[in-house]
Amino acid sequence: MKRKLTTLKEAHEFVDKFEGSLGKGKGKKFYAYKVMMQKKWMKFQRDFENFRTACIPWEMKIKEIESHFGSSVASYFIFLRWMYGINMVLFGLTFGLVMVPEALMGKPYGSMPRKTVPKSEEATAMDFSILWDFGVSNCLSLYVVAICYFVHFMHFVLLDHCESMSTHILSWVTADPGQPGMCIFFVFKGFSQYSVLFYGYYNNQRAIGWLKFRMPLSYFMTGVGTIAYSFMVVIRTMANNANEEGGGDDTSFTFSWKMFTSWDYLIGNPETADNKFASITTSFKESIVEEQENRKEENIHLTRFLRVLANFLVLCCLGGSGYLIYFVVRRSQKFAQEGLDDYGWWERNEVNMVMSLLGMFCPMLFDVISALENYHPRIALQWQLGRIFALFLGNLYTFIIALLDEINLKLEEEAIVRINMTIWEASLYNGTVAENATAPPLEVDPAVVPRGPCWETMVGQEFVRLTVSDTVTTYITLLVGDFLRAVFVRFLNYCWCWDLEYGFPSYAEFDISGNVLGLIFNQGMIWMGAFYAPCLPAINVIRLHVSMYLQCWAVMCCNVPHARVFKASGSNNFYIAMLLVILFLSTLPAVYTIVSIPPSFDCGPFSGKHRMFDVIQETLDNDFPAWFGKVFGYASNPGLILSFILLMV
Amino acid sequence: MFLLVFCRLHSRYHELAPNLVPMDYTNDPDCKVPMQLIINMPELTENPFKERIVESFSEAGDGNLSFNDFVDMFSVLSEMAPRELKAIYAFKIYDFNTDNFICKSDLEQTLNKLTREELTPEEVNLVCEKVIEEADLDGDGKLAFADFENMISRAPDFLR
Repeated sequence: MKRKLTTLKEAHEFVDKFEGSLGKGKGKKFYAYKVMMQKKWMKFQRDFENFRTACIPWEMKIKEIESHFGSSVASYFIFLRWMYGINMVLFGLTFGLVMVPEALMGKPYGSMPRKTVPKSEEATAMDFSILWDFGVSNCLSLYVVAICYFVHFMHFVLLDHCESMSTHILSWVTADPGQPGMCIFFVFKGFSQYSVLFYGYYNNQRAIGWLKFRMPLSYFMTGVGTIAYSFMVVIRTMANNANEEGGGDDTSFTFSWKMFTSWDYLIGNPETADNKFASITTSFKESIVEEQENRKEENIHLTRFLRVLANFLVLCCLGGSGYLIYFVVRRSQKFAQEGLDDYGWWERNEVNMVMSLLGMFCPMLFDVISALENYHPRIALQWQLGRIFALFLGNLYTFIIALLDEINLKLEEEAIVRINMTIWEASLYNGTVAENATAPPLEVDPAVVPRGPCWETMVGQEFVRLTVSDTVTTYITLLVGDFLRAVFVRFLNYCWCWDLEYGFPSYAEFDISGNVLGLIFNQGMIWMGAFYAPCLPAINVIRLHVSMYLQCWAVMCCNVPHARVFKASGSNNFYIAMLLVILFLSTLPAVYTIVSIPPSFDCGPFSGKHRMFDVIQETLDNDFPAWFGKVFGYASNPGLILSFILLMV
Repeated sequence: MFLLVFCRLHSRYHELAPNLVPMDYTNDPDCKVPMQLIINMPELTENPFKERIVESFSEAGDGNLSFNDFVDMFSVLSEMAPRELKAIYAFKIYDFNTDNFICKSDLEQTLNKLTREELTPEEVNLVCEKVIEEADLDGDGKLAFADFENMISRAPDFLR
C-alpha cells in the first residue's frame, strides 16, 4: 500500500510538472505559448546571426573568391579587410583628435605666417608644373617597371573563366588611368601644404578655442596612441590565432566527411549552387594536394643538400643586392653634394631605377631557386615571402638614409633663415625705435614674412608621395599585367601562330606573395609618416577601399586558379608576424626623430621647444597639481621603468 | 499544428500534378506522381542527388511517389528528424546500385555528381581509395551501414 501511495505521489508530481505538454489541464495553453515563444526565439536568433554575417563587409565577395580560387587567395583578402579595420581606427583618431579641432578652433588660414602660402611660392602654388619635379622620376621608373613585367616569365596554366571577361572588357576598353593619376601629385605641394593635412599648419599655442583644447599635447598623444593601438591589435590578433591553431589538422575521416556532408541541402538558387560546386571541387583539390604531399617519398640527403644549396644562393643574392643598394646610395649622396645639374637623367634617378629593377628581377630569381627545394606549396610560399621581405628591407634602408640626409640639409637651411629673420625684422623697424627697447608687435601681411624650411612637413610630404606613387604603380601593374594581358590572350588568340592560352603568356595567376608584401610595406610607411602628415591614414583608408573592389574584380575577371590549390594555414599568423616586425621597424625612425632632432622654429605644434616631448613636461607642470608632478618624477626614475619593461617582456 | 503542416504538404503535392492528385482521400486511391515532376520542385532542383533521393523514398524504387512516400521524404529531410533516421536514408541515397553496400563505384558516382566531373580520373581514384581506407572497419573494401553510421555520427556538421 505504501509503495502504491509513493508511486501515486510521484505520478501526481509528474503530471503537475508536465501538465501542459500532456495536453490536459490548465497548463495546456501556457505550455503551447511557451513552445511558440521558444520557436520564435530560435528563429530570431537565427535571423540575427544571418544579419550579423551579412553585416561583415565584403563577406560575399570573399566567399565567392574562396570558392573559385581556394583559401590561400581568400586569405589575402581577409588580411586586407582586417587592415582596413585598423586603418579606420587610426583615421578616426587622427581626424577626430587632431585635424578637426585645429580646423574648427584654431586660427584660420591666412592669419599667421605658418598658415599662409608665402609670396614667393604663390605663383606656383596651383601650377601644374610642380608635378613635373616630383612626377617625372617616378613616372619613368613606372614605365620601366611595366616593361619588366611583360618580360616576366610565368608558369603555363590551362585556361579557365573566359566567359565573364567579354562583358567586363567592353566597359573598360576606353579607360585611361594615366591622366587622373598625374593631377593627384601636384596637390601635395602648393595649397595643401598649408592646410591641416600636414604638420606645418599647426599652431603651437598651448590651448585653443573655448574648450581650451590642448592642441600640442593632443597631437603628441595621438601620435603615440596610434602606434600603441597598432601594437596592441597586432599582438592580440597573434595571440588569438595562436590559440585557435592548437586544434590540430589531423582529424580523421577528412575525405569521407567531405564526400558525404559537404553538400548543403537547403540550396535552391542556381548561382549559389554553382558557387557551392566550385567550392566543393576546390576543397577536394586542396585535400588531394595535402595527401600527395604526405605520400611523397623523399630521399632525405638529396633534399637536404638541395635545400642548403638553395639557401646559400639566396643569401648570395641578398648580399649582392644589399651591397649594390649601399653603393648606389653613397654615389647619390656624392652627386647631391656636388649639385645635380652636372649629371644626366640616369644619375638623378639612379636610386629609384635600381630599386625598381631589383624589385622586379629578384623575386623571379627566388622563384626559380625555390624549385630546387621541393617544399609543400604553403611552406614554399612562406619562404618566398620571407626572402622578398629581406630584399625590401634594403628599400627601406635607402629611403630612411635619404630622408635623414634631407632633414640635415633643412636644419642647416633653417639656421641661415633664422639669421635672415632677425635682419629682416630690424629692417622693418628701420630706426623708429631704439635698439634695446621692446618693439610693439608689427602689422605685416603674413605672406610676406620670410619662412624657414619646415623639415617636418617635408618628411610628411615624402611619405605621402611615396604612398601615392606606390598605389598608382600597383594599380597600373594590375591593369597592364593582368587585365591587358588577359585581353591580349583572349582576343589575339584567333590570329596568332601558337596557342596563347596554353603557351606563353596565358592568363595570370594571382600573385599572393607580391600583394601581401605590398600591403605590409605600405602599412609600414603609414605608421612611419602618420606623425608628420595627419592626412596619411585618411589616404590609406581610401586606398584600401578602392583596392578591395579593384582587386576583387581583377581576380574574378582576369586570373586563373593556381595549378596546385593549397589550403592556407588555419590562421594568418605568418602575415601578422611580418606586420609586427614592420611595425617595430617603422616606429624606430619616428621615435628617433622625435627624441633627437629639434623641431622647426616656425611651424608645427612644437615650434619653439627644445625637443618635442617637452610638451609632456609642460603639461605636467601647468595642468596637474603639484604632487602629481612629484609622483611622476619618482616614477620616471630609470630604474623603475627598466624593471617594469622587463616585467612586461 | 501537425494538421496544418499536413494540409500544406498536401497542397504542395497537389500542385505538382493537379489533374492526377485527388483532393479527396476517403476511398484510399492509389496514385503516384512521376519522378520528373518531383525533381523539378524548387527545394530539390539544384541538388545533385535529387534522383537518388526520390528513388530511395519510393516504394517500388522507380522514383514515383505516392503521397505517403512524399510525406516520408519531407519529414526525413526536415530539421526535426532524428540523426539516426537521417543516417539510414543518407546511406540509401548514396548506395547507387542498391546492394546495401557503398562500394567504390558508388563512391565514384557520388564524387562525380558532387564536383560535376571536374576532377581527373586519378584524383577521383585517390579520393575513393582514401574514403574506403578511412571508413571501412571490417576490411571488405566497401562500406556497410555500420561503417557509414560510425563515420557520420562523428561528423561535426551532419545536419541538413
